[in-house]
Amino acid sequence: MTARVIHKFTRNVPQWRPRVTPVDLAEATPAQLEALQVTPSNTKVSDYVLTLAHDVESLKVRSPLFNAIMYDKEGLSRSERELGALGASIVNRCIYCAAVHASRHAQIEKDTRVTDELFAKGENADLSPRDRAIFDFARKLSAAPSQASAEDMDALCAAGLDEAEVLDLILSTALFGWANRLMHVLGDPVREEGSG
Amino acid sequence: MSDTWSTTAVAEGGVVPEGPGAAAVTLRANILDMTQTAEEAVLAPEDCGAWPADLRAALASRIARLNRLDAVADRYAGRMSGTAYAGLTDPGQDGAAEGVAEVVAFMDKVAMQTRDIAAADIATLQAAGIHDADIVRLCELNAFLAYQLRLIAGLRLMTEVRT
Repeated sequence: MTARVIHKFTRNVPQWRPRVTPVDLAEATPAQLEALQVTPSNTKVSDYVLTLAHDVESLKVRSPLFNAIMYDKEGLSRSERELGALGASIVNRCIYCAAVHASRHAQIEKDTRVTDELFAKGENADLSPRDRAIFDFARKLSAAPSQASAEDMDALCAAGLDEAEVLDLILSTALFGWANRLMHVLGDPVREEGSG
Repeated sequence: MSDTWSTTAVAEGGVVPEGPGAAAVTLRANILDMTQTAEEAVLAPEDCGAWPADLRAALASRIARLNRLDAVADRYAGRMSGTAYAGLTDPGQDGAAEGVAEVVAFMDKVAMQTRDIAAADIATLQAAGIHDADIVRLCELNAFLAYQLRLIAGLRLMTEVRT
């Protein structure tokens, strides 16, 4: 079975194939096992997490930070945080992250229209004023910190985002500046030939 | 919470108690505190691998400067204890003098042209004799900086627009 590298955006989440050799669980150090949260009842660890286990100290702080930014209560809605993540992933062409977070957006919204539009038309997508302001901000902040402007911030306020929602958007967008530079750099999104 | 205001992201973002953005920062204090923990994990880890803390600080400073965040660049550079890698903080230097040209070229590209990274970029590092664990360490440093620099730029917009 051969695996084909995916180059087009999709909601159909591909597999991730590392470009470096992941940590071998059988040879992992106690610190790596602790960071991987491997227990006798939980021995299944993805290649991605095993790759990150090469840098234990970063891996340990990563999971709680990611979960807090994407799932903590109050502030920006779950699907709008996904839109921030997706804006970053489209700019950085991280096919894997874009697939995961577009599919989550569609699941939460029970609607594929927004992500269909974004994958088909990119920055020219036909979006609601609120989604437009959120996506434009995420896209510009991702391209370069200096590209997001006071006008973009004004647009977020005009679209009805309060201060806490704006901070959550900044955090979810910035977080995917991080995630994309691991996923897209350290591996390839692949699909087995003949599947999906 | 008292320490949250002095974290790199909040301080460089210009958020102060009672000021614009302060309520939002208070709500997300746990995240901002973890952000500082993550900074220490990439800039001053216990296990540095092939990349000493001064090299990490120099690369961080360089990437902040490439992103036009000069005050943050100075802050990262201030973490260096010696001058061996100080030249790298200037984006005009290519790292050849310090013997890290491949590393510098890779870090610049991951930071600024992320979408263009391909398998060949990793293969180039491997061909230069850099171990896989050290490639992951470089990526973690770069990835964290992308996050922190964007967080700082966003916080500045929150604090500047409303004043």
